[in-house]
Amino acid sequence: MDWFEFLFAVEVAVGGLLSGVMYALVAIGFVLIYKTSGVLNFAQGAMVLFAALTFVSLVEREVPFALALVVTLVIMGLLGLAIERTVLRPLANRSPMTLFMATLGLAWVIEGGAQLIWGTQVHALDLGISNAPFEIGGIYISNFDLVAAAIALALVIVLTSFFRFTRTGLSFRAVADDTFAAIAIGLRLNRIQAAVWTAAGVVALVAGLLWGARLGVQFSLSLVVLKALPVLVLGGFDSIAGAIVAGLLIGASEKLAEVYIGPFVGGGIEGWFAYVVALAVLLIRPQGLFGHKITERF
Amino acid sequence: MSAALETPAARPFMAAQGAAVLVILAIACLLVPAYASAWTIEAILLPFLAFSLAGLGLNLLTGYAGQVSLGSAAFMAVGAYAAYNFQLRLDLPLPLTFLFAALTAAAVGVIFGLPSLRLKGFYLAVSTLAAQFFIQWLFNKFGWFSNYSPSGVISAPVLGFAGITFDTRESRYLLALSVVVVITFLVHRFVNGPARINLIAVRDNETAARVIGVPVLRTKLTAFALSSAIIGIAGVLWSFTYLRTIEPEGFNLDRSFQILFIAIIGGLATVRGAFLGAGLIVVFPLLLSRGSAWILDGGLDAGTVQLTQRIILGATIIIFLILEPNGLSAILDRITARTRSLFAKITRGRA
Repeated sequence: MDWFEFLFAVEVAVGGLLSGVMYALVAIGFVLIYKTSGVLNFAQGAMVLFAALTFVSLVEREVPFALALVVTLVIMGLLGLAIERTVLRPLANRSPMTLFMATLGLAWVIEGGAQLIWGTQVHALDLGISNAPFEIGGIYISNFDLVAAAIALALVIVLTSFFRFTRTGLSFRAVADDTFAAIAIGLRLNRIQAAVWTAAGVVALVAGLLWGARLGVQFSLSLVVLKALPVLVLGGFDSIAGAIVAGLLIGASEKLAEVYIGPFVGGGIEGWFAYVVALAVLLIRPQGLFGHKITERF
Repeated sequence: MSAALETPAARPFMAAQGAAVLVILAIACLLVPAYASAWTIEAILLPFLAFSLAGLGLNLLTGYAGQVSLGSAAFMAVGAYAAYNFQLRLDLPLPLTFLFAALTAAAVGVIFGLPSLRLKGFYLAVSTLAAQFFIQWLFNKFGWFSNYSPSGVISAPVLGFAGITFDTRESRYLLALSVVVVITFLVHRFVNGPARINLIAVRDNETAARVIGVPVLRTKLTAFALSSAIIGIAGVLWSFTYLRTIEPEGFNLDRSFQILFIAIIGGLATVRGAFLGAGLIVVFPLLLSRGSAWILDGGLDAGTVQLTQRIILGATIIIFLILEPNGLSAILDRITARTRSLFAKITRGRA
């Protein structure tokens, strides 16, 4: 392999790593909810779509950027509250699988609702981040991807310190560790769950804006969950750090595979390659890279 | 999931239930082909039969053995493409085509079921998505499977056997009906036979099942094989008797979810649940579009109707999970029990 080929491979890997951060961004939304309520929330992708679509529609109706952001945040918060009230509370103490199936239904409701309210056309979203690539030592890096990665990193730091240093964050962890004990000492489970779903809504908004700026805001945005799921499985459902590492791993291996293995099998392997990587790892470590060892029954 | 075993109170109704099944069958075999309209057969009965079978197959895996799969549509695709290629390349007689399509789907099902030996719950559910995406990609990318059809959409050849060609609407319906009846009977025998205990033991507590000597690995893989085989045949019915075209797009993730919803709404771990759920999934969108046309005079545009359907169907799932986790099947149980006691009262009053 000569120098240029090597540089090319590095460029592909870096591009992959950066898009891996974007996957991780969606995966973090899942982790938040799983950590505190033990639910794999399939509707996270629908929430990403809903958030991005709401924001972009407001901006298109000449609402100022900052105000649109605040309004969307409020709406996502209300959505979180509504979900807690109408879906989670009636299903309290049911098996995790039942809750998962409920979120499948929820995904359909939110997707349909978002498009019914805001229409099905494709919206362009400009966040004012330049997309011009720049060069470091012969490697071209997308400026947008770098900014997106920085935002994701900032989000992770905020979330981690939130969980570590604030009272609410601590109560999240208490609920995650032992729900019954948390209720016994007087934590309000309903309120905490509503807060978690709101936080997941905020993460969905960030993910929706970044992904939306990249792909355009449209129905297919809700399919980013399908990219995030292998990341989630690989990193372990309950680890934010795991989501990041797995995101990087999957992003890079997926892009490298597309470039170096793709041509031999007709290309387009991006859709399933991540799943194969995740499965291969899981067969050796069923709890994922960073997840707690669990014995699941349902 | 709770309430797998039929309640003891349901036992005395068994005979009545058998009679009801025979009556329904008689209507389906004799009256429907003679009197049903073309629209009823094409738009309701044919998709209903294929969906029922797919729901039945998934129910075997998810309802009885407790392994959630999100890749059912992929196995339908395997069945459909296998049948197409066996007909095209080997010119097999019809029963063998069905058998081999089922075997192919079963083999693929076992391969994608292997992770279930190590993974449980959500991890398994996600890993079944690998089947969904990989198989859809495979049929899209490699022209061999669709005999290098330039559009990627194949029109399914007319099936025929022993001098009968299943080209008319009624003959396609009867073919689908007989396949569904035979398989349903076999599944009914299977899940009420000795295998039932193994399946349910694995579902409810795997470790305990292992302790009392249930062959967990074999039970899981058997469930995957049988379920995939049945879903594969459902795929054959879907593409050969209902749509009469085969394309990878027709077996996407949404279809997989639809099949899962059929199993949940109908009632997990019941045989008739699949039929009730499939009935709802097929009839409900038709009712909605007709209803909206009737109420709003001229109706909503197709896009809006589709979105509304999505919302209502999603909400229906949630409502069922909250209010009646055992599905339509349990509701039917209650209705029959109530009518029975009502009848008993009336007859006692007369005597």
